[in-house]
Amino acid sequence: MKIEDKLSSEYKYGFVTDIETEEFPKGLSEEIVRMISAKKNEPQWLLEYRLKAYRHWLTLTHPDWQYCKFPQINFQDIYYYSKPKSKKDVYKSLDDVDSELLETFEKLGINLTEQKRLMGVAVDAVFDSVSVGTTHKEELEKFGVIFCSIQEAVEKYPELVKKYLGTVVPYSDNYYAALNGAVFSDGSFVYIPKGVKCPLDLSTYFRINAKESGQFERTLIIADEGSYVNYLEGCTAPQRDENQLHAAIVELITLDNAEIKYSTVQNWYAGDKEGKGGIYNFVTKRGHCKGVNSKISWTQVEAGSAITWKYPSCVLIGEGSQGSFYSVALTNNYMQADTGTKMIHIGKNTKSTIISKGISAEKSQNVYRGLVKIMPSATGARNYSQCDSMLIGDQCAANTFPTIDVKNNTAIVEHEATTSKISADQIFYLQSRGFSAEKAISLIVNGFCKDVFKTLPLEFSVEAVKLIEMKLENSVG
Amino acid sequence: MIEIKNLTASVDGNEILKGINLTVKRGEVHAIMGPNGSGKSTLSKIIAGHPAYKVTGGEINFEINGKMQNLLDLEPSERAKEGIFLGFQYPIEVPGVSNFTFLKESFNQICEHQGLDKMDDESFLKHLRSKLKLLEMNESFLERSVNEGFSGGEKKKNEILQMAILNPRLSLLDETDSGLDIDALKIVANGVNALKSRFNATILVTHYQRLLDYIIPDYVHVLYKGQIIKSGDKSLALELEEKGYDWLINEKK
Repeated sequence: MKIEDKLSSEYKYGFVTDIETEEFPKGLSEEIVRMISAKKNEPQWLLEYRLKAYRHWLTLTHPDWQYCKFPQINFQDIYYYSKPKSKKDVYKSLDDVDSELLETFEKLGINLTEQKRLMGVAVDAVFDSVSVGTTHKEELEKFGVIFCSIQEAVEKYPELVKKYLGTVVPYSDNYYAALNGAVFSDGSFVYIPKGVKCPLDLSTYFRINAKESGQFERTLIIADEGSYVNYLEGCTAPQRDENQLHAAIVELITLDNAEIKYSTVQNWYAGDKEGKGGIYNFVTKRGHCKGVNSKISWTQVEAGSAITWKYPSCVLIGEGSQGSFYSVALTNNYMQADTGTKMIHIGKNTKSTIISKGISAEKSQNVYRGLVKIMPSATGARNYSQCDSMLIGDQCAANTFPTIDVKNNTAIVEHEATTSKISADQIFYLQSRGFSAEKAISLIVNGFCKDVFKTLPLEFSVEAVKLIEMKLENSVG
Repeated sequence: MIEIKNLTASVDGNEILKGINLTVKRGEVHAIMGPNGSGKSTLSKIIAGHPAYKVTGGEINFEINGKMQNLLDLEPSERAKEGIFLGFQYPIEVPGVSNFTFLKESFNQICEHQGLDKMDDESFLKHLRSKLKLLEMNESFLERSVNEGFSGGEKKKNEILQMAILNPRLSLLDETDSGLDIDALKIVANGVNALKSRFNATILVTHYQRLLDYIIPDYVHVLYKGQIIKSGDKSLALELEEKGYDWLINEKK
C-alpha cells in the first residue's frame, strides 16, 4: 500500500452560495478604479491614492523570481468588484444582511447572529468584496477598541486611516501591492487604544463566492502604546475549475510596548486532484514594530490554495522590539507554496524567531524562502531560525532558500534546517500499536507541526489539527 | 492461539522464509534462536504485518473470539487491535508526539475495538503509573516525545511499557535484549515475566541465551536459512550456548 493513496483532496467548503450579485464589468482601467472609489463614497485623498497605485502598477512587469509556475494571468478577465445584491448599499446592521449570506457563514461555522455568535471572539465576515457584518461591536466600543470594515473606518476615522494606510506596505512595494492599492475592496480595520488589552480575540473570515472575481482586501491593525490584541484570520472559497486571484494586503503597526498576535488558518480551495482550479493566494503581509519593546507575531497554517505565495514579515524598528514567524505549510496534489518571512532588524537589541514547517505530499512543491537582515544600526540583534521540511512519498519536492544579511558584527544569527521523510517503518510502528495508516500519518505530521500549533489560540489550534487531518484523509478511489 | 503452517515469504524477490511450521498455545513462552540472517526478525514482522514482506505461501491462523481466523487478511493495525504486539528491535522515533498521548490513544483505540471502556486522562495516568513502577521508569518519560533522544535501553524499556499497557494476547519480542546492560536486562525480563499469564503467549526472538536465564522458555526453536531445523526445551538453548550453531547446521547437512 502506498502512502500517497492515503491522501485526499476532499474539500468541505467547496459549495457555492446562489445569490444575485452586483458587479462592475470585467477588467481593470482607471474607470473601474474610479467606480470602486465612488461606490464606496471615498474621500478625494483615497481616490488619488488608488489612482497613483493604478498608474504605478501599469509601469510594472510581473515578477518571475518565484518558485511556482502558473500561466500568465489575464488581468482584464477578472471582476474587480462583486457584491451580493441587497436592498441596502451598505450593511448598517445584521438586519440588512440577506439570510443566504448569514446561512453561508453559518455553514462555515461562523455565526453572526446575536444569539449564536462565538463567545470571546469578535468576527468580521467578508464576502467577496464587502464586509457583511462585525459582531460584538458595542462590547468592544466600551474599551475604545475599533473593529470594523475598512470602508467604515474610512468614513468614521479618516485621520487614523490616512495616517497609517500604505505606510507599512506602500503600493510601490511590489506588483500585487500596487494592484491591491488600486482596487482594494474591503477588509478589516482595528485600532486598540493606549494601554488596552483587547478583551476579545478579533477575527476576520474571508469568503470568496462569485465566479471569476478576485478578492483584494486590505487589513490594517494599529496597536497603540502598551496595548495588546490577538487577531485570527480564516478563509475558504467554492470549488471551481477556474483559478481565482486573492491578492490581499495586511499591515500591522505596534507602538511602544504594544503587541499584536496575528494567526491565519488558510484553507482556500486548492484545486482538484489533477491540479485544476484553486485560488492563487498572493498576499503581502507585513508589520512594523515601531515602538520600543513592541512585538509582532505571525502564525500561519497554510493548507489550501493552488498557489500560496507570501512572506509575512516584521520590520523591527523600535529598540528591543521582537518579531516572530511560525508557519506550517502543507501542500498536496499539485499545490505549490513559496512562503516564508523577512525579519528586518533596524533597532538595537531587536530579536526575531522563525519556525517554519513545510509538508509536501504527492506532486506538490513546497518552498521556504526567508530573509534575515541585520542593519548597521541593529547592535545586539538576535535571530533564531529553524526550517524543517517533511516529505510524504517520492514525487514531491521541498526547497529552502534562506538569505542572511548581517551588517552589524554584534549580531547573533542562528539557522537550523532539517529534511525528513515519513518512512514505511514509522507508519508500521504506529500501525502495530493500533493506529490506522491515515491516523499514523496525521499523528506524525501533527507531531512535526507541534512547535507551531502551540502558538495558536486553543480553538484555532484544534481547527488546525482537524484541517491537517482532513487534508491527509483517506481518498476513496 | 497461533498456528503457522508451511509459511514462505520473500522481500524484494528474495525468499527468506522457506516453510515455517509453528504452533503456540496460551500460557506458553517460545524462544526463536538462530544465526544472523536466518529469518528470525522477518518471522515476527510478518506476524505483525510489515508491508515490506510478501507472504508467498502457507498460512497464519490466529484465535479471534474463540475461532481460528486467517491473520494474513488483517491490516497491521487490526492485528494490533486483536491483541498482537511486536516489540521492535529498533523502536522508531515520533518527534513532537508525547509518550503519554501516544500510549493513551493507542490504549483507547484498542479498548474501543475490544468493546471495553475508554479511560480519561486521570484514570489512564493511574494505570500508567503502576506499569512505570514495574519497569522502574521515571514519570518524566511520559512528557518526552516517543523514543526521541532515548538511549537504547530506554527505548527497549519503552517497548515493554507499551506491552504492559496494551496487554496483548500474543507478544513478539524482537531482540529485546540487544543493547541492554545486565541491570536493564533484569528489569525488562522481570517486566515480561510479570505480564505472563495463562491467557497470553510470548515469542522471544533472540540471539543469545542470556535473556533465557531470566525469561524461561517452554520451547526453543532454531531457525536456519528460513526453516526451523530443531526444536527443544530450555536445554537446547544451553547446548547452543556451549557449542554454537555449527553442530546443528552440520547435523542438518
